[in-house]
Amino acid sequence: MNTLSSEPASGRPAARRPVTGVRSGNRPAVTVSGLTKSFRVTDAHGRRSQFTAVSDVSFTVPPGGSLGLVGESGSGKTTTARMLVGLEIPTAGRIEVLGHDRSQPARGAAERRRRARELQIVFQDPYTSLDPSQTVRAAIDEVLRAHSGLEGTARAERLAELLDQVGFDERQASARPRDLSGGQRQRVAIARALAADPRVLILDEAVSALDVSIQAQILNLLVDIRAATGIAYLLISHDLAVVRHLCDSVVVLRRGRVVESGDCGAVLDAPADEYTRTLRASVPVPGWRPGMGLST
Amino acid sequence: MLRLRDVNVALNVEGRMRPVLSGLNLDLAEGEALGLVGESGSGKSMTVRTITRLLPQGARVSGSVEVDGRDVLAMRPAELRAFRGSDVGVVFQDPRAAINPTHRIGEFLGEALTVNRGVSRAEAARRSADLLASVGIDDAGRRLRQYPHELSGGMLQRVMIASVLAAEPRLILADEPTTALDVTIQAEVVGILDRLRRERGLSMVFITHDLDLALAVCDRVAVMYAGSVVEVRSARDLHETARHPYTIGLLGSRPSIEERAPRLAAIPGRPVSAFEAGPGCAFATRCAFAQAECRARRPRLEAFQDGLVRCHRVEEIHEHSVV
Amino acid sequence: MTAVLEGTTGAPGASGTAGAGNGSKKRGRIRAAYRWLGPSGTAAALFLLLMVLAAVFASALAPADPNTGSLLDNYQGSSADHLLGTDGIGRDILSRLIYGARTSLLGPALVVGVSMAVGIPLALIGAWYGGLVDAAVARVLDLVYALPGLLLAVLTVALFGPGMTPAVVALSIAYVPFLSRIVRAAARQQRVSPYVDALTVQGFGVFRISVRHILRNIAPVVLGQAAIAFGYALLDLASLSYLGLAVQAPTADWGVMVSDTDALLKGYSTPVFLPGVLIVCSVLSLTVLGARISGERPERHPLFGRVFGRVSGRRRADAPAS
Repeated sequence: MNTLSSEPASGRPAARRPVTGVRSGNRPAVTVSGLTKSFRVTDAHGRRSQFTAVSDVSFTVPPGGSLGLVGESGSGKTTTARMLVGLEIPTAGRIEVLGHDRSQPARGAAERRRRARELQIVFQDPYTSLDPSQTVRAAIDEVLRAHSGLEGTARAERLAELLDQVGFDERQASARPRDLSGGQRQRVAIARALAADPRVLILDEAVSALDVSIQAQILNLLVDIRAATGIAYLLISHDLAVVRHLCDSVVVLRRGRVVESGDCGAVLDAPADEYTRTLRASVPVPGWRPGMGLST
Repeated sequence: MLRLRDVNVALNVEGRMRPVLSGLNLDLAEGEALGLVGESGSGKSMTVRTITRLLPQGARVSGSVEVDGRDVLAMRPAELRAFRGSDVGVVFQDPRAAINPTHRIGEFLGEALTVNRGVSRAEAARRSADLLASVGIDDAGRRLRQYPHELSGGMLQRVMIASVLAAEPRLILADEPTTALDVTIQAEVVGILDRLRRERGLSMVFITHDLDLALAVCDRVAVMYAGSVVEVRSARDLHETARHPYTIGLLGSRPSIEERAPRLAAIPGRPVSAFEAGPGCAFATRCAFAQAECRARRPRLEAFQDGLVRCHRVEEIHEHSVV
Repeated sequence: MTAVLEGTTGAPGASGTAGAGNGSKKRGRIRAAYRWLGPSGTAAALFLLLMVLAAVFASALAPADPNTGSLLDNYQGSSADHLLGTDGIGRDILSRLIYGARTSLLGPALVVGVSMAVGIPLALIGAWYGGLVDAAVARVLDLVYALPGLLLAVLTVALFGPGMTPAVVALSIAYVPFLSRIVRAAARQQRVSPYVDALTVQGFGVFRISVRHILRNIAPVVLGQAAIAFGYALLDLASLSYLGLAVQAPTADWGVMVSDTDALLKGYSTPVFLPGVLIVCSVLSLTVLGARISGERPERHPLFGRVFGRVSGRRRADAPAS
């Protein structure tokens, strides 16, 4: 999968890459079927029981597509994301990314690296998702060294390109996370994820912790990146407006199960499921009054 | 009901005084709900703390804060305690942090009644049940025996609201009361807050970072930036009548749930705090209309088209309909 | 929008030194170190530096051979020949103190080095894998922690005979939990940080993440704890030498020197008092320094600036205007 190393050293892979899924053929970016995750829990009285966080969840992200995974707390959306990136092992079901199965932990460093080049993630909290003692440059360069196969000036150029893509200049690249604002840290996290040149990017509530004006900047940035690189997004969010802004299709989760899915506009404009309707009616929009559309 | 004039607050940060509110003016009429909207560092939470005088040690305050014609900043300790206990109620963002985890819900609610209202225990228990019913909690008998950890965040925020009502205040300060809650729960809690406020004719300051939520809950909205108010306007039609470049920027920053725009009209830069602001308009560094005058001299909060705006160029910008 | 803001408590002198010449950069670094350590920390650091220099350059610094003396010169007071006088068999006390720094510092250094070499990997493994692995590591550490170090050392000496080696080995084992427990707790905190998840997703292995990222971020805690352990080990070894179980007379060693009962009985306190002062001051300095180091963020370490990145050039960058 590493087409980068075969490119000329001076190449600028991100800029020259064609817009949709040529590298991966027409295989779906992500295919999830029957995904289930149960945890064993022990309650206050020492009784053991099974808690199913994700239950029989299926969806597909087309190459270069953008899917929103929507739900409130306890919907299992973050557990799903953690299974996709290999931080949790599924109890049942199958995950395929670019046609490669990743339902089981990676065997060996080579597979681990290949998976990293297929799928990356940006986490919610920009304050803890960066190594506090690494400068911005070091954090991104570390990933480039591991994945890009670029050396010397070619790597430096790619680094500068990534920094530029997320709106960082040379001076800011020497800063450490604690000297950066939340929005800037999230830009770094995005650049670091892109450094592995993945075909799919999971955004796990990646704009939720940001101030409104910063959130808008990052949303614009994400739209630009997708337009420039043809990367596929899997957006995990509780914010329906953000999902509408970034996604083509949407999957609504509740208590670990899919309650509704389909085209983003269609689902949000005319929700078929009772829960989706409540969710939609709870969002304050112009003209909305408290208590509107609720049984209370 | 509430009147803040030229309020300046500076906090002691490692030996240096750092302004967090600068030249804040705010008015709230009897029975009115005012939304206080701003991003981080805008000073909206500090405003609540100033009104209740819950400021950290070493804070320096100037200006005047009047509630019902009484100067809060001049109150003596006993007076202040009575004021906090019965005139003003605060709903905090995180009810789990604001409610003692080792007390049952009944004890928590009863304490407010027995201490501040001088009610007997039996009477307190009966009234606690009534209060829970008024915030939409049906099985009050069981809930009163439970501990905070047994209740969900939304339930606990209802309990918090009930405890505020117990003191029968005339002014409620709600500091991001629903930020930690899921959106469906937020809708319920906000609905309860709104209904109770109308039923009892209470005044409310509702603090939030969510402009649309404030517009839905409040009569008027005050937008804060860098420790002061930059625009005050009726909530009903703010989307059309906003005049300050920052308010307009905020409105354009939020994606719409109803339609998909290709790009958002984002404000460049990051929100600054009062201590970072220069001598001129605090928003000048991010404003597309900023001129030399904006950077040199601070505009005043002045009446403009049924509202208040703090901007030197508001008339020009509006007339040339550059916005 | 180009206002450059220093971090709230940015490293002192950082802004003034950026871009300046080499000499002023060095001066800036020393000034930064002083402000960071405070008066007591600086005094401690200077004292320890002096001791280390004495140990390293003992043969050049010592005015006389520490082990030979003339019985005719015994118990002399301060003189031009013997600045601090002589002991019961006429050996120069100053020279013995200087040479004594060698064994007195080398012993604890070995103890701390060995227990770190064993304890840190154990802690990192336990923190990374969690579950049963961590439980096993924790139980072993608890078990060793239950054994008093001195008792273990006395037992070892009883089995293998007195000497530096058995004492150091025994104390090294006993000090493993002292370091490892703190490292494990700190590493576990890092382990659940999202940045570790992010690195895992980037395909980096356990070893690299644990050593290059987790260990680096908890380095102040490790170094601080190591300094405190060094102090305790110094005291323990001195006690053992005092009892005649570790370093053997006539070797110059502070612990051995303190055990000079003959001098005390004859009313000469200097040969015993001075090494005692050095032991107390060393332990105190190490404790002060250890506490100061462990409270610090790794990237804000003037003393370890080279290891953890340059001190200067850390500024709050502006918000990029897109």
